[in-house]
Amino acid sequence: MTAAGSALPLVRIRGLSKSFGPRRVLDRVDLDVAAGSVTVLLGASGSGKSTLLRCVNHLERPDAGFVQVAGELIGYRYATGRLHELPARQVARQRSRVGMVFQQFHLFGHLTVLENLIEAPVAVRGRSRASAVEQARALLARVGLSGREDAYPRELSGGQQQRVAIARALAMEPALLLFDEPTSALDPELVGEVLAVIRDLAATGMTMIVVTHEIGFAREVADAAVFLDAGRIVESGPPAQVLDHPRHERARAFLSAVL
Amino acid sequence: MTSDVSDRVSPSPDFPAVSGAPGDEVLLGARLVGSRRPGRWVSAGVLLVVAAMVVHTLFTNRRFQWPVVRSFFFEDSIVRGLELTIWLTAAVVATGYVLGTGLAAARLSSNPILRSVSFFFVWLVRSVPMLVQLLFWYELASLYPHLSVGLPFGPAFASFSTAHLFGGVLAAYVALSLDVAAFSAEIIRGGILSVPAGQVAAAQALGLGRWRTFRRIVVPQAMPAIVPASGNLLIGMLKATSIVSVIAVPDLLYSAQLIYNQDFQIVPLLLVATLWYIVLTTLLSIGQYFLERRFARGSARRGAGFGALFRGNLPLFGTGPAAGPLS
Repeated sequence: MTAAGSALPLVRIRGLSKSFGPRRVLDRVDLDVAAGSVTVLLGASGSGKSTLLRCVNHLERPDAGFVQVAGELIGYRYATGRLHELPARQVARQRSRVGMVFQQFHLFGHLTVLENLIEAPVAVRGRSRASAVEQARALLARVGLSGREDAYPRELSGGQQQRVAIARALAMEPALLLFDEPTSALDPELVGEVLAVIRDLAATGMTMIVVTHEIGFAREVADAAVFLDAGRIVESGPPAQVLDHPRHERARAFLSAVL
Repeated sequence: MTSDVSDRVSPSPDFPAVSGAPGDEVLLGARLVGSRRPGRWVSAGVLLVVAAMVVHTLFTNRRFQWPVVRSFFFEDSIVRGLELTIWLTAAVVATGYVLGTGLAAARLSSNPILRSVSFFFVWLVRSVPMLVQLLFWYELASLYPHLSVGLPFGPAFASFSTAHLFGGVLAAYVALSLDVAAFSAEIIRGGILSVPAGQVAAAQALGLGRWRTFRRIVVPQAMPAIVPASGNLLIGMLKATSIVSVIAVPDLLYSAQLIYNQDFQIVPLLLVATLWYIVLTTLLSIGQYFLERRFARGSARRGAGFGALFRGNLPLFGTGPAAGPLS
């Protein structure tokens, strides 16, 4: 499931399990993501895609298993046969290297676009305000939103908000970007502009994990596709194989329904 | 022509066919007239008459004794009472909000002990009338003649006699502060809960620390819910401090009572206190308005200007404040 030609995977997930009450949403998931590759997570709603993604930056605490990013354990420290959860400050430091884009954007509604972009670089990275503003303007240009610095999120369309959210994640210069159904909350005519930004990012070699239902986008951009069902990875490999010749019955049923 | 068409269309029961109805040209040439709404004029007329009667009696009923009101308005003891009312309110609300913030944080924490204690405190304070609490604290000396500092169930290091400790002002300060703490805790908790969880998740995903997330992301977005309710609580507390008159604390009301107990000019002195309460409440309302505007950043409900707010309510039959969009 790793992209061809890579050495050590940037993300290693091993034996990851998670239950919400009696419901098992992740069941011993193993996954590698090669540096510079795009991995799409597919599956019906409730199959565990979003939970898997949220475990990668410790927004969810797994019940068992572990996640490593660039060789570093996420959310835990190993000592004498145990994994001890890290203090909040160290978890925050790890998260600052893993960008995340949410289905509902979650831009800070009381801050302008520019303030949304410079908040974390200034507060977490300790950048000067001037350099953070300069970087923010460059990022807004990159996502096609120059001139909207002083707008408040609610004054923007959904597609524009999501592009700001992507720029906000990029402002932290992450080693890895996580997308949780980035186009599912958008009107159909706005999906394209967001996917175009993600496509451009893929071309620059950004490592990304994308939960999506956009099969065409997955086929075109992804290096690897993973299909989850009931918390398990039942199908994984190159998108052409997973999307066009799924062997697992659930994957076949799902893909024929969404295509 | 049109009449042929209308003859053939089968009439719906709501729109019975009318013979000899005017044609399109006639209708297009007619002037549009709004409905009359006679009820508006009648109710407005009645209210104007009542208002005129109130104003008239204020000026003509000599038993209001406005000259007496004026002579006592800036009386030394009244001004001292006013000062006590102001600083007691300020101290009580400041202390109460510090405690209330802690109680709200405890109630929202994942620690079940903290949650239960916070819940129990709020339940208890809200269950007991403020006047009863005030009397309990005032009578603390008869319940606990001595207070001591030491180990729980162990030896005491220092001991105080409560009879000397709990005068009227301190009893009022403690009782009212605890009351504000309980009510403000609920206001603050409600405000924090009104901020969508996704805002916190987004801040965490960016690596913002917990304190920074709370201060920069949660608090500013909780304030639009907290400020109006807090203005209510503050104004309510300003007036509620008048119950300290029952334990002989010389606040604004008690100072007025002290005077009319001697010269029996009850109504004019109650008016003195009333007018001062109105002045203070008005100032606080104006402050609340500007605070609300300050925290309306980025929201759809950016308040109208202060002048526009009043102008919008003045014209009786003009365009009043527009109803908000149905959302």
